[in-house]
Amino acid sequence: MSAPLSRPKRKNPLLRTRLPTIPPMARSRVAQGLTSAAACGVFALQRCSECAQVQYPPREACVNCLSARLRWHAMDGAGELLARTAIRQGQELYFRERAPWRAGLVKLDQGPTVLAALHGDCAPPPSRVRLRLALDRGGQALMIALPEKDTPHMEDDPLMRETSSDAKFRKALVTDAKTRTGRAMVEALVAAGADLVWAGYAEPWKPSPQLDALRELEEVTPVPLDVTDESSVRELAGSIGAKVDIIVNTAEHHRANAITSPGVETARAEMEVNYFGLLRLAQAFAPALRTRAADGAAHATAWVNILSVYALTNFPQHGTFSASKAAALSLAQALRAELQPSGIRVVNVFPGPIDDEWNQLVLPTKLSAEALAASVVDALRRGIEDVYPGAAAKDWLERFEDDPKALERELAR
Amino acid sequence: MASRPYEDVVVAAPVTIPYRRFSIRGAHWFLGRALAELVRAAGIRKSDIDGLAVSSFTLAPDTAVGLTQHVGLSPRWLEHVPMGGASAILQLRRAARSVEAGDADIIACIAGDTNQVDSFRQMTSNFSQFARDAAYPYGSAGPNGSFALLTDYYMRAFGATAEDYGKLCVAQRRNAAANPLALFRKPLTMEDYLGARLIADPIRLYDCVMPCAGADGFLVMRKAVAKKLGLPYAKLLGAIERHNAFPEDPIQFRGGWALDCDALYAQAGVAPRDIDFVQAYDDYPVITLMQIEDLGFCRKGEGPDFVRRNSFTVDGSFPLNTSGGQLSMGQAGAAGGHLGLVEAIRQLTGAPLGGAVEKARIGLVGGFGMINYDRGLCSGAAILASSGAKRGKKRR
Repeated sequence: MSAPLSRPKRKNPLLRTRLPTIPPMARSRVAQGLTSAAACGVFALQRCSECAQVQYPPREACVNCLSARLRWHAMDGAGELLARTAIRQGQELYFRERAPWRAGLVKLDQGPTVLAALHGDCAPPPSRVRLRLALDRGGQALMIALPEKDTPHMEDDPLMRETSSDAKFRKALVTDAKTRTGRAMVEALVAAGADLVWAGYAEPWKPSPQLDALRELEEVTPVPLDVTDESSVRELAGSIGAKVDIIVNTAEHHRANAITSPGVETARAEMEVNYFGLLRLAQAFAPALRTRAADGAAHATAWVNILSVYALTNFPQHGTFSASKAAALSLAQALRAELQPSGIRVVNVFPGPIDDEWNQLVLPTKLSAEALAASVVDALRRGIEDVYPGAAAKDWLERFEDDPKALERELAR
Repeated sequence: MASRPYEDVVVAAPVTIPYRRFSIRGAHWFLGRALAELVRAAGIRKSDIDGLAVSSFTLAPDTAVGLTQHVGLSPRWLEHVPMGGASAILQLRRAARSVEAGDADIIACIAGDTNQVDSFRQMTSNFSQFARDAAYPYGSAGPNGSFALLTDYYMRAFGATAEDYGKLCVAQRRNAAANPLALFRKPLTMEDYLGARLIADPIRLYDCVMPCAGADGFLVMRKAVAKKLGLPYAKLLGAIERHNAFPEDPIQFRGGWALDCDALYAQAGVAPRDIDFVQAYDDYPVITLMQIEDLGFCRKGEGPDFVRRNSFTVDGSFPLNTSGGQLSMGQAGAAGGHLGLVEAIRQLTGAPLGGAVEKARIGLVGGFGMINYDRGLCSGAAILASSGAKRGKKRR
């Protein structure tokens, strides 16, 4: 049984803040297939399309029949732990700081032997374990071996904390809490054990029943934040930037606007919030977030962008909105690259149509604000970085991955 | 088809460039010193060396060919053997057939590496594609981590204890006492061994070889050439190599020796009981246990019992790693496998660095290398005999 995490002590401001280190990043291109799977929370290995041999480590030629047709397949990670060690003297700073680092050799039922990081609750070998693919602090795929059955507080094991961004005992900022999505997000973070959630609100003269409801929660502190106003963003970063551990950017401007509608005002307003808003937030908050990525047990850990599945392929009925989300996705990729060396995870969420007033005329299935918020908390807990919540988003993704041109034509109808 | 026996192939002029923990010199310096020492020891001109085999981890961006221009050699035969601790045996096998065939007359087999602060980390972090993708990100322990897992498994599967591993380490340290080139000569007790800090459970400090800088070398030639030069020599009776043996084993508990052991003794015309000493590849004691089993000195799983029944000292039963082995001398990178081979030549020519094995006629040398992912891929072994030795009695 893992020792339950206790509330971290208040930081002594006289002590130097420990700087972040990350595990080794170098991988071959073929090994990035593991990262693709881990990014979505899937356990996948290469399987030969000709002889069905399952392979690990990732290969360019089948170990059995030499075929080049190796495809990634989601599969079961059950296996037997054969041997284990606890490394007390790794060569990289990341592992030295986290010694002893547990590792073991696992014989998968699917065939190959896998060197995996070991959860502390795994029974001594020989014992049954479950392998999962997680993302390590550098954002690369990591094989982790979990005990065969869940154990109490297993999410508090150091390995799980290293590969996830659980909101427990952390401080979060939700950039726009005045929408149903924003409110659901704040409530979900509080329910997940966040210490404090700053609930951003713009246009204070406009009444908001959502924000009013949040004021009732003791963990919630409303803060003024208008992402279209650089000084507003900087001011908030100046007051809470050195404390926030998780940023969830829910600020969004959305109109059902086709690109042939006259004028550029709607498009410009969407870009101001969806694209420039993210850029302003990144410039104001990312530097401090980066330096606090190893600041105690509840260190800074994640940046979540609520994007849209329309960012993948334009949905012409919402043409300008789709374009602004595509721009935001591109920016989010750059943000991920910039935050990666510090170990801060950028989580991109690609919902299909959310069940709100701006999607009134979109046919079901639509995603509830609560389901969206739950998917974010789940992604933080499981260490996933690309999230496609709900049936509609998964349907779009499957179509996109299968044939992006076909999806373009389907959406044109 | 079985390998033909070696015809009048001999090894001579064992040289060692003294090991040191760190060096500001490059690999070229150590390999250059080894060549110079070979020329001096054999009393030949540099240009008499018409074949060259080179192994080094830190020679990059050069390979053997770059070294020829660096040291001004124009060999008619050249090998680069990047196979770590198996390189000595592999160099020997390739050189032996080439001198037999007349492709070269005098082949210098050298290996060496420098060791600079942080160079070992750089080497292990980019050791192989599988290591970089699937081993190094799991604790960055390099060989310590890999051998910890094999050691853990071997203990569970075959009942080896920490004391069994410790006995080998303590015995080798005793052998090192008389060797002026050993980096560790201070006596080691079982209490010291068991009380040392854990490095990667269950491996303790004295289970781990120490990376260092240095070089070793020897010459391969036909017997007639050695006699003409007036060089003391040892005869090559047999040699094997195997790569990626037993891929179906889920974890390594045996090396390629187990596949080729019979062929080795058949080619050499001797039996395990004819062997007077063994220079096992010993960067961690578990691999020594595997060699004892897989090279026919006892059955698989009987290694721990064999350890309990023998002393492994130069003057005791089953003399093992008579110069102290890598565990006491250090591991100069790719020269790790050469260390045992040059010590075998020294024992068989009556000029050991430390204590002499009495009436040493036939010796066996193991090589092992390249933990590509979860196991060592290369294994090799050679049997050498003193110039006066007859072939074995075949009492097996």
